[in-house]
Amino acid sequence: MILKLSNLTKRFGGLTAVDRVSFDVEEQTVMGLIGPNGAGKTTIFNLITGNYKPDEGEIVFQGQSIGGVWTNKIVMLGIARTFQTIRLFQNLSALENVLAGCHCRMKSGPIGAMLKTPGQKQEELWALEHAMKQLQFVGLADRAELLSGNLSYGNQRLLEIARALATNPRLLILDEPAGGMNEQETEALIELIFKMRDSGLTVLLIEHDMGLVMKACNRLVVVEYGKKIAEGTPEEIQADSRVIEAYLGIDEEE
Amino acid sequence: MKEKRYIVYALFVVFLLTAPLYLNRYWLEVLNSVGLYAILGLSLNIIVGYGGMFHMGHAAFYAIGAYTTAIISTSYGVPVLWLMPLSGLTAGVFALVVARPIIHLRGDYLLIVTIGLVEIVRIALINNVFGITGGANGIFGIPRPTLFGYKIFKSHQFLYLIWGCVAVTVFFFYRLENSRFGRALVYLKEDEIAAEGSGVHTARYKLAAFVLGAFWAGMVGTLFAAKMTIISPESFSFWESVLYFMIVILGGSGNIAGVILGAFLVIGLPEFFRGLENYRLLMFGAAMIFMMIFRTQGILPPRQKVFDVSRFRKGGEPI
Repeated sequence: MILKLSNLTKRFGGLTAVDRVSFDVEEQTVMGLIGPNGAGKTTIFNLITGNYKPDEGEIVFQGQSIGGVWTNKIVMLGIARTFQTIRLFQNLSALENVLAGCHCRMKSGPIGAMLKTPGQKQEELWALEHAMKQLQFVGLADRAELLSGNLSYGNQRLLEIARALATNPRLLILDEPAGGMNEQETEALIELIFKMRDSGLTVLLIEHDMGLVMKACNRLVVVEYGKKIAEGTPEEIQADSRVIEAYLGIDEEE
Repeated sequence: MKEKRYIVYALFVVFLLTAPLYLNRYWLEVLNSVGLYAILGLSLNIIVGYGGMFHMGHAAFYAIGAYTTAIISTSYGVPVLWLMPLSGLTAGVFALVVARPIIHLRGDYLLIVTIGLVEIVRIALINNVFGITGGANGIFGIPRPTLFGYKIFKSHQFLYLIWGCVAVTVFFFYRLENSRFGRALVYLKEDEIAAEGSGVHTARYKLAAFVLGAFWAGMVGTLFAAKMTIISPESFSFWESVLYFMIVILGGSGNIAGVILGAFLVIGLPEFFRGLENYRLLMFGAAMIFMMIFRTQGILPPRQKVFDVSRFRKGGEPI
């Protein structure tokens, strides 16, 4: 078990956005977090990545409690994320975006940079190679020098994944990775998710594209109004009457 | 394109080296002044240009450096140029103390607090704080600098000293810009949440930018004190801070060449309008307004960084 949430609670004023949610994420699996809009999925992600501090409950990552720890520290520990609304550095090239992910695995400071010490030079070379490898992994190596803001929507999502991967995570958190992608791109994304899982990563994702969720995830957690209402394999979830009522049913009516 | 740029840089260096041959003392002094402002602009560029933090109190750090040099050199007779690192250090430590609690403020809020900062320092200097700053009259009799046994006091000697310091600054800051540190600052300017989410300790980097910028401004303070031999609080007014800010924004924040150009425009250009007497500032202000309407990113905005990634591709194909 790589990640364990127990009785996680987050309140915003009178609203309980996340209400005593508990679930475990097994190592090297793909875990899906689904639920209607406003159910608290992204809030759960923000709690795990340290953007919010939990009011109650505990988050344990690889045996270490990380509730309320600074985001950059959590990244260092091995949890990387992408954002629901793409947050790339728009005015920088794709490569520079991925170099941001390399940052936490580097050490040199301003003095080393000004003196260009051998260690610093070597580290820069390492970062460049490491970043290119991630771009290669998601299939954007030939777009390394393009401004990230000029990439297509789908490619921007992939670039965010590459940036997250550059931090050498153990757990990757994807917030609606297929948002804005067409069918082929989504298919390719599923392949990429399998590739990441097979390379030893654990993936936790939020997604509204049920095709992707049912195909890519090993297990699903369903949340509604901040509460967990079901957990199980995709097959179990599809057969769960509460889930159909709360979420999947609405989907079919559309 | 690339070659063209280097030709311009080379011509510029030749111009500076040969300037004493055809410029009179007045214009050499203008160049010296531009040089000092260029270094100050470059040091502020770390905070404003790379880090994107609106800091309009840079004169405070400059003042601390200048006063450190003035007090120690006049009281203990330490050669002025030796005091450069110490002046930088005092300014850096001061920045560390005052920036720590305000670093999390965003945009205009930080701007207002830093304006307060520079005023507090100026007024403290006027009030002869600790009885060592000489009050409103300031400190005089600061010894001239000596370099390799030569006493520096003529305009052209200062020209080489100051622009030599500009060169050293450019050398170091160019390296800084293209490093993990420089990139981290740009990331946090672009998107703080994404930077933090990518593992950048944003609070620490903001503070480091302030301390480094202040350190450098403090060292320029030494140069200034040594050149003027008299310093007073009025040299470090809020208006000074505004000038540095304009240099960075106008020239192109985040670009070294842009900041140096900005120093020429903000400090050098008004000299050409001297004949217009009272209309000088009006002309200057109008130029500034047009600039900000038609080229908001500054005259020379930062160029996209180029990395040599060809090694990672074989025959045009990615690895």
